[in-house]
Amino acid sequence: MRAFTYERLDAATGASRRADHPGTTYIAGGTDLLQLMQEGIAHPRALLDVSRVGTTGVTAQLDGIRIGAATRLADVIEDPIVAERLPLVAEALAASASPQVRNMATIGGNLLQKTRCLYFRDVTTPCNKREPGSGCPAQAGQNRLNAVFGGSPHCIATHASDLAVALVALDAEVIVERAGGEKSIRLDDFYRLPGDTPYVETALEPGDLITAVFVPIQATNLPGRYLKVRDRASFEWALVSAAVALVVADGEVVAARVAAGGVGTKPWRLPAVEDRLVGRPMDVQTLQLAAEAAADGADPRPGNAFKVPLLVNAVARALAATADQEANR
Amino acid sequence: MPNDPHALTVTLRVNGEETRFDVDPRTTLLDALRDRLHLTGTKKGCGLGQCGACTVHLDGRRIVSCLTLAVMADGASVTTIEGLGTPDALHPMQEAFVACDAFQCGYCTPGQIMSAVALLQEGHCGSDEEIREHMSGNLCRCGAYANIVDAIRTVAGATDRSGAAVPSREDA
Repeated sequence: MRAFTYERLDAATGASRRADHPGTTYIAGGTDLLQLMQEGIAHPRALLDVSRVGTTGVTAQLDGIRIGAATRLADVIEDPIVAERLPLVAEALAASASPQVRNMATIGGNLLQKTRCLYFRDVTTPCNKREPGSGCPAQAGQNRLNAVFGGSPHCIATHASDLAVALVALDAEVIVERAGGEKSIRLDDFYRLPGDTPYVETALEPGDLITAVFVPIQATNLPGRYLKVRDRASFEWALVSAAVALVVADGEVVAARVAAGGVGTKPWRLPAVEDRLVGRPMDVQTLQLAAEAAADGADPRPGNAFKVPLLVNAVARALAATADQEANR
Repeated sequence: MPNDPHALTVTLRVNGEETRFDVDPRTTLLDALRDRLHLTGTKKGCGLGQCGACTVHLDGRRIVSCLTLAVMADGASVTTIEGLGTPDALHPMQEAFVACDAFQCGYCTPGQIMSAVALLQEGHCGSDEEIREHMSGNLCRCGAYANIVDAIRTVAGATDRSGAAVPSREDA
């Protein structure tokens, strides 16, 4: 690990000016950044510790629910507001990482975790995300874990966060502390498709500090389920995941929110599935027809073609589980 | 490292005792515990947060000490396996691991026990299924998992999946 300086900040205000220097990186939980530093993937020259700047806790506001960026995953899962009003978020977090990591990792850091693409994580191989212009061996190589949506000839790495999938389904916003003041960015717009600049992953500008995640009121108090399919039963990233939240009135689907993980270069909203749900009767046939649209536009490779039927089945199961939850309310 | 200009001073309360030392900022909490404080009960496995051998309690919560820097823990309380029991007075979880034969080579055992003790406090040990899920951050390459679940169930006084109270091995 290369040498770096370390400083703990006391407040979010003014942080962006301190961090706006090449080689300066924020650290909070450190659970991804330290892996990247140990593996020689990241080599910051200065770390600014933002774990104690006061951006912790969950707050119910009139217009929605605000989750402080430095809140640990375990504390969000156990929070009574989240348990009652954001069950989809609680379930996605409970399926994330291990209990030890959930005690360390923060909400803001979770959204910024790096891909688990084998080539990104292996410094002995080329990777356009890690070494711009070096190539993307995943295109024709080991691509079992890679994306079927949103890829480009330069990158097909998936986004690894479960939380982000749930939050994209709920139209959440990221609140950012920027030199000119506070800024709010829809999470769906926050993440960038790789295109020909796969190393540009988010809308963050140098120095920006995530201070909170905000879920708007209309996306709260909804029945919702997060289904995660993985290579082992626990402590593993998703091969495919499905986040579903539904609004049902008089037996009819009034609103639907569906997103998928493990399949896209960013958390992948599935509007074609939502369109086949809204305005239809909430029955088995509607759910099945809707799920079949989940793979619309998929661009699989030989190693990850299995994700296409897996996605359809995962969405079908998550829809059925949400319907059960709704029926038992 | 008294002559290192980049060294930072860290204050920790380790197993109830306050200690102060200078570290290179790159030092993980794990390496500080083992190499600076000579508390070698905490094991270094993968160094990447995947195996759980380095599990300790930081301010009462279980964490993997390989994925936190010593400087990040400045001012915190740390409990390691050395702070849990002594050879003459084992912690009930340590006793249960011995009674249930919950290890073979023993390398993962300190981390397993630190995790298991935290699990009791977290209250997620109502069934074998729940114990397995909440112990998923601790790997055992010898495959002593079944006996590890037995040990935790014994201490938790939990019920098995049928809902019946499960006797400890010694009662069985």
